[in-house]
Amino acid sequence: MSAELRELYQEVILDHSKRPRNFRDNPAATGRAEGYNPLCGDRATVYVELEGDLVKDVSFKGAGCSISTASASMMTEALKGKTRAEAESLFDRFHRLITSDPSRAAENSAPELGKLAAFSGVCEFPVRVKCASLPWHTLRSALEGGDARVSTEETEASRGDAEAKAGTGRP
Amino acid sequence: MSASPDLRPATEVRPSSAVAIDISAVRRDFPILSRQVHGRPLVYLDNAASSQKPRAVIEAERSLYEEYYANVHRGVHTLSMASTDAYEAARSKAQRFLNAGSPREIIFTRGTTEAINLVAATFGRSRVRAGDEVLVSGLEHHSNIVPWQMVCEEKGARLRAAPINDDGEIVLDELAKRLTTRTRILALAHVSNALGTVNPVAQIIEMAHARGVPVLLDGAQAAPHVEVDVQALGCDFYAFSGHKIYGPSGIGVLYGKASLLEEMPPYQGGGDMILSVSFEKTTYNELPYKFEAGTPNIAGVVGLGAALDWVGGIGLDRIAAHEHGLLEQGTRRLQEVPGLKIIGTARDKVAVLSFVVEGVHPHDMGTVLDYEGVAVRTGHHCAQPVMERFGVPATTRASLAVYNTKEEIDVLVEGIQKAREMFA
Repeated sequence: MSAELRELYQEVILDHSKRPRNFRDNPAATGRAEGYNPLCGDRATVYVELEGDLVKDVSFKGAGCSISTASASMMTEALKGKTRAEAESLFDRFHRLITSDPSRAAENSAPELGKLAAFSGVCEFPVRVKCASLPWHTLRSALEGGDARVSTEETEASRGDAEAKAGTGRP
Repeated sequence: MSASPDLRPATEVRPSSAVAIDISAVRRDFPILSRQVHGRPLVYLDNAASSQKPRAVIEAERSLYEEYYANVHRGVHTLSMASTDAYEAARSKAQRFLNAGSPREIIFTRGTTEAINLVAATFGRSRVRAGDEVLVSGLEHHSNIVPWQMVCEEKGARLRAAPINDDGEIVLDELAKRLTTRTRILALAHVSNALGTVNPVAQIIEMAHARGVPVLLDGAQAAPHVEVDVQALGCDFYAFSGHKIYGPSGIGVLYGKASLLEEMPPYQGGGDMILSVSFEKTTYNELPYKFEAGTPNIAGVVGLGAALDWVGGIGLDRIAAHEHGLLEQGTRRLQEVPGLKIIGTARDKVAVLSFVVEGVHPHDMGTVLDYEGVAVRTGHHCAQPVMERFGVPATTRASLAVYNTKEEIDVLVEGIQKAREMFA
């Protein structure tokens, strides 16, 4: 297997995609959001249970490629016990990591990313950025409480960032 | 003289279909096929999305720009006349390719999508009224759904779809039931892009015409693989794209029966589509120019002419025979892969292999195959109703063309096995 491919599909990512953690719904959730990528049909529903400002529990259900499944799974592990502000800041860090110029990926890695640093290989694959970010965009909506729907394509229009440029092409 | 465009008709003398094509010679015609991807020889199996271009097409565009380019239908000068001749010669090639009755029935568009939009916006908008129906099938590409949806929404009409069965074939009885006195047009894929199903269009056209319903065929996926004779079929409109039949992108053809085209209002206003203009009144040009407003895609048209010549030189019957052999081999090989399911198992198919593999998402499959040098399409193929029918969000689609080989099918299968080892 090529080095880039091994970098994208690191062991930890393959492991989480085959055995996703916190893969369940949560009737006690204070917020839930459904994320959808119409270009590849990936769906992820993220359940967040807040206790005050703390993420007491976060889980997900859905079907997607290995990158989106692993991203959702590792996101749920990373967020438990974090404050909302910490969750937001982790998303920003993560987003920077997966959308960075591959030659500068090292600069965008940060200790607080922990295991999430395994997604550094994604920046070499612009069309896969949305796979990795879908669960996080969905999380952001779920954190706002209630019941929401998120689409990668609407996200693209409103963010207008590197992800939008990465685009997965017209259907 | 080097500055003359190639005005010869599409090759009419060609080897008999009994003679297999010389695959190495065919491959040598396509410069891109000698490149590598991620250090592996390119195995290009994304032909239903767009096919690669033979040197003859590249050369036709080069020679136009280097030797005789000018605007068409305008000047009295040498270059404009040469360009116009080449442009109109390509129209005649397209006419012969479809066996249309007259070049007046051949309209150049940006592609199949624009051709369908043209018919929807002119024929559709003038014929469809509140309470009417437009009929499509459950196999359609989005571009043969959305233009009709737009007309129906505007007019308060209803878009209906004939369902497909588990093999990906249109259920003809159900289609017949939906051909009603309210149906204003049947818009149908000749060949399905997502599954490769070849629809029994001659039979369907007969059914529709018996009820007085005109038929548009979306031939984007058929033209590169199946011989088309619009007069024998009796279809009212036929659309195809240059880029899927080894020609340039941004060029396509709409065939329409002259009697229908004549009564249709123009599509766009501008130069070339008018005879005379004053601020009080404009007199529209005659066919086909009425539907070709503005300076057209001259190089695209000339390139398309070269592509049709190239295809004619090989012969669509021989191309189809070669591709059918690959389809049989590919189907057999894929069926040997554990956990692999082929989506689209119609009896009559072109060489499209759409499949899902248990435990491997198509996106991951596409990425792994890319690193084997294999280009496939993954996703919903702009046919979400088809995906929904089969209960899958996406498939991996290998679509074959004249230049593909048995060895390439082997590379595909090996790549699929690698993806299975990683993910399943």
